[in-house]
Amino acid sequence: MNLALSDEQEFLREAARGALSRFKTLEAAREALDGDQSALPDLWPMAREAGWPGLLIDEDHGGAGLDAFDAMLVLGECGRVLAGIPLLGHLPATAILGEAPNAASLLEALATGERRACYLPVAPPSDVDPRWTVDSAAGGRRADAPTLASDGADARVSGELAWVPDASGAELLVGVALRDGRPVGVAVETAAQGVSVHEARRYDATRSLAHVALKDAPATVLDAPEASLASAWHLAQALIAAESIGSVETALEVSVAYAKERHTFGRAIGSYQAVKHSLTEVLRQLENGRSLLYYAGWARGGAPGEFPLAASAARSVAGRALDQAARTMISVHGGIGATWEHDAPLYFRRAQLSRRLLGGTGAATDRVAGELIAQADAA
Amino acid sequence: MDLDDTTEQAAYRTQVRSWLEEHKSEAPVLSGPGALQDEAEIIAARRAWQGKLAEGGLAGVTWPKEYGGQGLGPIEQVICNQEIARARVPGILDAIGVGMLGPTIIAHGAEEQKSRYLGSMLHGDEVWCQLFSEPAAGSDLAAVQTRARLQDDGSWRLTGQKVWTTNAQFASYGLLLARTDADVPKHKGLTMFILPMDAEGVTVRGLRQISGEAEFNEVFLDDVALEENAVVGGVGNGWGTALTTLMFERVTIGLGGEGMGYNSTRFALAIARDEHARDDAEVRHQLGEISSDLLAVRFTGYRTLTALQKGQIPGPEAGLAKVTIVNGAVRAGDLIADVLGPDALSQDSEWAYMISFLPGLKSAGGTEEILRNTIGERVLGLPPEPRLDKGIPFSELRSKEGAPA
Repeated sequence: MNLALSDEQEFLREAARGALSRFKTLEAAREALDGDQSALPDLWPMAREAGWPGLLIDEDHGGAGLDAFDAMLVLGECGRVLAGIPLLGHLPATAILGEAPNAASLLEALATGERRACYLPVAPPSDVDPRWTVDSAAGGRRADAPTLASDGADARVSGELAWVPDASGAELLVGVALRDGRPVGVAVETAAQGVSVHEARRYDATRSLAHVALKDAPATVLDAPEASLASAWHLAQALIAAESIGSVETALEVSVAYAKERHTFGRAIGSYQAVKHSLTEVLRQLENGRSLLYYAGWARGGAPGEFPLAASAARSVAGRALDQAARTMISVHGGIGATWEHDAPLYFRRAQLSRRLLGGTGAATDRVAGELIAQADAA
Repeated sequence: MDLDDTTEQAAYRTQVRSWLEEHKSEAPVLSGPGALQDEAEIIAARRAWQGKLAEGGLAGVTWPKEYGGQGLGPIEQVICNQEIARARVPGILDAIGVGMLGPTIIAHGAEEQKSRYLGSMLHGDEVWCQLFSEPAAGSDLAAVQTRARLQDDGSWRLTGQKVWTTNAQFASYGLLLARTDADVPKHKGLTMFILPMDAEGVTVRGLRQISGEAEFNEVFLDDVALEENAVVGGVGNGWGTALTTLMFERVTIGLGGEGMGYNSTRFALAIARDEHARDDAEVRHQLGEISSDLLAVRFTGYRTLTALQKGQIPGPEAGLAKVTIVNGAVRAGDLIADVLGPDALSQDSEWAYMISFLPGLKSAGGTEEILRNTIGERVLGLPPEPRLDKGIPFSELRSKEGAPA
């Protein structure tokens, strides 16, 4: 048994932290919120230089051949500084393509980052909902997955997906469509006819979101196994969880530093139990989230049957942890924490939006219950 | 990153498993048909079973070989625990002795104490209990008032009261923290002793809890005489010795993982059996949140184990896992009782027992509040609460509190 970072993983994390530190991501996030979207640095060239686009693509196709946990480490570093790098969209897309022999020729350009892919998030069925579903633009009911109509070699996909991370600017959309009710992997060129990508940023300027509409868009049907289609959804859950846990780390560090230096009634506020206990609560949730990231990182390769449970649990805990951390960050700082002068609102905005993406933490929590009930039935 | 056994670990697992296969019919039956009912019979059977486990090398796995252990690491201890659970047989009876008190004696005891006590402890011939907490010394353990007074002949006389003492009703010995000098600051005047539980002046009284059962005891000490050689780790060094025990307590908790049977599998099974509840969105949401937290603790345990393997000693952050387990189990008990209704509170219901047990467990091994203080200070580096007892002799402190020392 060994549940610790390897030397290579420590190095990957430190390198990511170093590379990201060259950019003023938080200042840019604030300026972008003020309406200057151009203030956000283009971090894709740096990501390419670091080899992140090819993290999950095997070495034969120009990638690094690393696993989900390595990708989660990088996302965690992005989350620490609210860096908007379109890896949440790109990496699960490459995971599906990597399992489709007929997509091999696409991989090299995606591995170097010369081209950018985006995952179209389609949730697999659960024990209470037999459908493959996508996030709706509005309303509580999850929408049906896109459908695929094929006639010989000609395959066309139709459907709408709302709130898709990192779709803007991607050249290739990779997701799941239903052909006669059965899920198949599909790849669609964004430039093709019948594809529209409408930017839909909300609340957190660092998070690229778009609504994607496909109307008889020409698609390549991927020969990826069905398991890889479900696995991509869970990978996306694990990645956004890792990103959230990175944000929790910063929120806690900043809050603890302030609690040590700010004095009231003659002593540092961190010496008061009320403040101390609220910070240890953030630490408790952070450690729980971190442990579940290890679980998810291990399970994807080591116990694929448990990956849905592990990734969903990580997402559930990480989403709650970031909400708690952001609220605590504001309250520990007092009034200033709720103003534009401070970084806390940036983390708060990140927390509120992240929790509602990719099915939301509520769906992840429900899937934890569903997976465990299924295990209980099997026992 | 890997959760699988190495070749050596797999071989060890096979060895433990085959021993259990061969001997599990000799294990006492504690639940289900044919289960032992009489308390005294259960204890006797479990002591005998501990002896067999010790002979088979399944007790004291991490103890040095010279004291009857296996001289193996924490990972082998966990493998052994896993295999015992898998075989559905009870583990050792004296987990407190073998897990915490024995290792303390190994670290601080005199050679003659080690050779006298460790073997019989390991084999369950003599069960031990931990006599640290007092009615007025729990979170603030260094405030113990049990007084040990040195006699002219070098022996000691002890008077005081201990509480929350598991297994005291059948223990042969206790490891006891007492005050030997009240005129120095409180952490400095403490000494650790070995107390024979059958000594004159020792009275054990069961302390019934919410469930109606008495799992803990009060232990009264009325002018109990102890020999000079009852001291462990030197006079005045009791605090350092106690910290060793508490460190082993954290290791035990850390290795316990989802310990104490409060795990997501068990709770999910209860919900899955109810056709309505298993599809109810709110019930599922609660179950999902509780289970995610409890699953996290399992992997926190594996992280702790990895650190132990690398020779690192677990810090106070292990206390966070305890907070998560207890609060998760409280929520789970609440949820299951909501689903099952009053039936969940029947006398023979496992849930009634759990629901009754948890409020007390919240304070066991340190209250949630003191754990959060310690973790906030030692892990996050937050400044301590101003203290009014630093550097003040214990006797002065007590008179400020309006009581005699």
